[in-house]
Amino acid sequence: MIDEQVLDGLHPMDKLLRADRIPHIWCPGCGIGTVVYSFLSALIKSGLDLDKVAVVSGIGCTGRAAGYINLDSFHTTHGRALPFATGLKLGNPELKVVVFSGDGDLISIGGNHFIHAARRNMDIAVICVNNFTYGMTGGQLGPTTPIRAKTTTSPYGNTEHPFNLPYLAAASGAVYVARWTSLDARRTERAIGEALAKKGFSFVEVIAPCPTLYGNMNKMKTGLDQMRFYEENSVIRHGAEPKDVDITLNGQIIVGKFVDIEKPTYLDLRDNIGSIV
Amino acid sequence: MKYWRRPLDLDKVCLPRAEVRIIEERCKGCNYCVTYCPRNVLVTGEKFNSKGYYPPHVKNQDECASCGLCQMICPEFAIYHIVQRPEVAEQSV
Ligand SMILES: Cc1ncc(C[n+]2csc(CCOP(=O)(O)OP(=O)(O)O)c2C)c(N)n1
Ligand code: SF4
Ligand code: SF4
Ligand code: SF4
Ligand SMILES: [Mg+2]
Repeated sequence: MIDEQVLDGLHPMDKLLRADRIPHIWCPGCGIGTVVYSFLSALIKSGLDLDKVAVVSGIGCTGRAAGYINLDSFHTTHGRALPFATGLKLGNPELKVVVFSGDGDLISIGGNHFIHAARRNMDIAVICVNNFTYGMTGGQLGPTTPIRAKTTTSPYGNTEHPFNLPYLAAASGAVYVARWTSLDARRTERAIGEALAKKGFSFVEVIAPCPTLYGNMNKMKTGLDQMRFYEENSVIRHGAEPKDVDITLNGQIIVGKFVDIEKPTYLDLRDNIGSIV
Repeated sequence: MKYWRRPLDLDKVCLPRAEVRIIEERCKGCNYCVTYCPRNVLVTGEKFNSKGYYPPHVKNQDECASCGLCQMICPEFAIYHIVQRPEVAEQSV
């Protein structure tokens, strides 16, 4: 164990990273890097054949993850990670297809793809880094921004109801739904491991700091301020009803595993069309 | 480590140990590792790197319990631990 790590003087995760691109572009304290670590760590522990894993991202700060992960990884157009991933899975059903993208990419411009991929129970694991904003384009209001939160396009506070992502995923048909914060790095890793092992549409939401924009406009100027907020306000409630886990600006963040059910996938149904009665 | 009474299985218990390494040029000084290390092994360093960030400094190496949290929580892949052969607890009393 010791020798392998020390010899090259590199970080143990460098074997799954395009290490020549590190340091990455994410801001100091940005939570995306931690979620990437949890994801890669879960992949290693999953025992999956990494030659048969494909990672798909859309556009956004989170979408850059595909460019740092040294697997078959695809940086697709904005909002289209899920249709691209669906095509990959249908073209080569042997692949384990993972979508790693942001709240804006998956739920705003890609929202329709999201509900339909979940409805079909497409065999894809989706990891959504939710930082409550469009980070890459300057911190605009997005579909997960809590009511009253300030963003560059809601300088007096947001007046739109946000989506509750676990509820949306569960109602659309996801067979696995969990939420953690990036502070819960180990639990995030475990949840992603379960999502990878699950057949069908699995969804892990990870709340993560965007200190530069979202945090800065909402009295949490550093990533650490946001992590402390999670520490004080997140409550583990496994099996909570997804409809009860909505997020408010200063309220509790309910985390845990909310859905874990069995249901035939799109491919199960397609391949057994003759025997369905 | 100090014990308020000598545990009966002290000769069998092994304390996990690790050496902590920092890749200073990758660090962006977020302080997550310093804040969340459960054994207070790390402090914010006094020297800045070429981008002006202050990487952590390993102050209490001997206290490291090899939990790996610093490595997991660092968004920059800038800190890691190297697991050492566990030490029999009795020897460290
Ligand atoms: C078709 C199209 N519309 C708009 C954009 C601009 N755009 C780039 S990233 C982004 C939002 C990203 O938000 P999110 O997915 O939450 O990622 P984050 O940066 O917060 O990680 C938008 C609107 C684009 N690149 N392409
Ligand atoms: S703008 Fe926000 S989401 Fe984007 S890298 Fe910076 S902190 Fe992260
Ligand atoms: S491995 Fe755990 S105890 Fe050791 S320095 Fe890292 S966080 Fe602290
Ligand atoms: S967590 Fe990583 S980036 Fe942050 S201070 Fe520690 S080593 Fe530096
Ligand atoms: Mg976002």
